[in-house]
Amino acid sequence: MDTNKTLIAYYTVVRKDVVRMLRLWKQTFFPSIVTAVLYFLVFGTFIGSRLPPIHGVSYIMFIVPGLVMMQVIMNAYSNTSTALFMAKFQRNLEEMLVSPMPEWVIIGGYVTAGIVRGCITGILVLGVGLFFTHITLYSIPLIMAAFILTCVLFSLGGFLNAMFAESFDSISIVPTFVLTPMTFLGGVFYSIQQFPPFWQTVSLANPVLYMVNVFRYGFLGTSDVNIWLAFGVLIGLITLFLILILWLFRRGVGLKT
Amino acid sequence: MYKGGVEAIKGATLSIAPGDFFALLGPNGAGKTTLISILAGLTVKTSGSAEIFGTSIDTNHSLAKSYMGLVPQEFNFNIFEKVQDIVVNQAGYYGIPRSTALHDAEAILKELGLWEKCAEKAQKLSGGMKRRLMIARALIHHPQLLILDEPTAGVDVELRRSMWKFLRKINAEGTTIILTTHYLEEAEQLCRTVAVINRGEIVVHEPMQELLTRHDDKDLEDIFMELIEQK
Repeated sequence: MDTNKTLIAYYTVVRKDVVRMLRLWKQTFFPSIVTAVLYFLVFGTFIGSRLPPIHGVSYIMFIVPGLVMMQVIMNAYSNTSTALFMAKFQRNLEEMLVSPMPEWVIIGGYVTAGIVRGCITGILVLGVGLFFTHITLYSIPLIMAAFILTCVLFSLGGFLNAMFAESFDSISIVPTFVLTPMTFLGGVFYSIQQFPPFWQTVSLANPVLYMVNVFRYGFLGTSDVNIWLAFGVLIGLITLFLILILWLFRRGVGLKT
Repeated sequence: MYKGGVEAIKGATLSIAPGDFFALLGPNGAGKTTLISILAGLTVKTSGSAEIFGTSIDTNHSLAKSYMGLVPQEFNFNIFEKVQDIVVNQAGYYGIPRSTALHDAEAILKELGLWEKCAEKAQKLSGGMKRRLMIARALIHHPQLLILDEPTAGVDVELRRSMWKFLRKINAEGTTIILTTHYLEEAEQLCRTVAVINRGEIVVHEPMQELLTRHDDKDLEDIFMELIEQK
């Protein structure tokens, strides 16, 4: 396929999924807004107003970046895993597999759609946050970089999950038993500096901690971890996932017989 | 070779001439769909080679796939998508600009009697309409080779006849067609060349007329049964 045709194919994959997520906004975007409102209300306003400041800012200001990132992670992941699994389940993935599109265009299309959903959700949740507190912007480029890279990473994670998934349970297990604990223990609601040294070290093994912190740094200018190390972790995991997915795709694992 | 050591295709060698209307026949589980899936890139073969119009599916699979349109045995579109979107998106996967795809989709859907349903979700279509939708989707990029895996299964006689007419027309226009079917009368009526596959092996591969003449002008069904029982 020449470049022009490849771009058209890529656009088609992205467009198809974006149209789907917009059509199903009650299932895709609305739950994140409701969840965010509840978190801001309960943790930010009711409980947070009784807590001392963290890193020199009020508790609700401290948790805004983490709550945004939490929804971004969940949405980027579930968009790709659900879209790919449904395409496998209904066998309409074969429409793409029989076409001359290179594998990386299919992967890129799904991941881009995951980024779109992550970004729209992030902006909506941030908008909800503005009703509860004011938001400071320390570095917009850092916010954007953390935002996009996190979406890419979890979209790839969702793709990988869907490749192996054989039932609807398989795509709900990871968000429930892996992603939710990782985000809750990834410094969304606290600073790891509040922990004893041992638990601080243990927390560093959680990749979500780096994403939440680098994102928070973009807003508040403070972080529990070195932000360049955080970007290194993000880029390293993205590279690893990408190589793994391409390798599995070319062997047809989970997608071909 | 499938997991568990099942050998679906055993050294099958087939050559199909451009422009041919080719019948690939065999009982259930003979290896027809596996053979087609290998050509289409849906099944990863463990050995052997395949070419489409001289282009290897291994070394240049993108070009090889661009020559081919596939109508699979089972419905494999998103039932929640609109008829027109299914066809237009398929064109997009082949790199056809959306404006061209919309125009071509209208033409092919009109030709197959589906234009009135273009804004309907695919789940609303009847079985026959769904079959025609899969043909429209497979033809949207104007392939030189059309592979039909049991395209008339569950289709009424009237619709089957109209599909035959349509397939004869596109074959006369130059499209090579590979047809698998369990309706042997259909193969006899439409195809110029026939191959019979049984338990992964090609047991017959010759022009339809020669096969019928060689068997004293028996029905293809009788010849087919003899070949399968011999095996």
